[in-house]
Amino acid sequence: MNLSQFLNMGGYGFYVWGSYVVTAIVIVCELVSLHARMQRARGRTAAVSKTKGQAR
Amino acid sequence: MTGINWFKYSAPSAFYPLAVRSVPWFAAIAAVLAAIGLYLGFAVAPTDAQQGEAYRIIFIHVPAAWMSMFIYVVMAGWCALSLVFNTRLSAMMAQALAPTGAWFTFIALWTGAFWGKPTWGTYWAWDARMTSELILLFLYFGYIALRNAIDDPRRADRASALLALVGVVNVPIIYFSVKWWNTLHQGASVSVTAAPTMAKIMLVTMLIMALAAWAYTIAVALKRVQAIILERERNAGWVGALATA
Repeated sequence: MNLSQFLNMGGYGFYVWGSYVVTAIVIVCELVSLHARMQRARGRTAAVSKTKGQAR
Repeated sequence: MTGINWFKYSAPSAFYPLAVRSVPWFAAIAAVLAAIGLYLGFAVAPTDAQQGEAYRIIFIHVPAAWMSMFIYVVMAGWCALSLVFNTRLSAMMAQALAPTGAWFTFIALWTGAFWGKPTWGTYWAWDARMTSELILLFLYFGYIALRNAIDDPRRADRASALLALVGVVNVPIIYFSVKWWNTLHQGASVSVTAAPTMAKIMLVTMLIMALAAWAYTIAVALKRVQAIILERERNAGWVGALATA
């Protein structure tokens, strides 16, 4: 089987890849937003402990 | 008995480092299983006699649909624990699972539509299972929106836990909908009480993809709970020590 046959998926390419690609996009979106959230939380936590340290 | 004191880990300060250590393992398991599943799904599993290549969509559709229901039940379980024992960490776990559950529900609906069009001739119908799965998506949205609408996290815990527990009634409705109502969506291909009605390699591939989805969910939820702990326990001394370390 060559690449274009594989991508064609027996005529169902749009549906098969439409499913797999959207799933991949969803996973990437979730991981990116999770990473951003973690960075934000870390940054704010560091800021809070810094101001605490100054108050002491 | 292993002598591990599990209650120790109900404190966010003890659980946080455990979550940090666990994430890479579950992420690696998810990646390896997904790679095996995709290989089997596209290179080994044969073309289906009736559905042609379109059936390969079920390798994501079925695991995603299982996860959407399973995550909701686990989330409601954590919510029940948080209401009964008033524990912060259980509420945080529920909070950490909700977005992933919503994503899986979306994927189940999306891939279902893309499978339905070539096989049934329609992207969507107000079939019992599809409608109840759509309601599940709204329940996840409702849970997340309610949490975000309440500023005090402990009040948000209680209110959203109640919503999650009321909504759990929808899960058996989704699961049994294909038995209770004879609408478009076909019955289960895999059952705990009967022999599966699909070819062995297809079944194995689906189960491997389901295990990959499990490992992915655990990894992502444990990562998200770390962010939630930092967000909510920012003023605790141990969290400050973590951030400056």
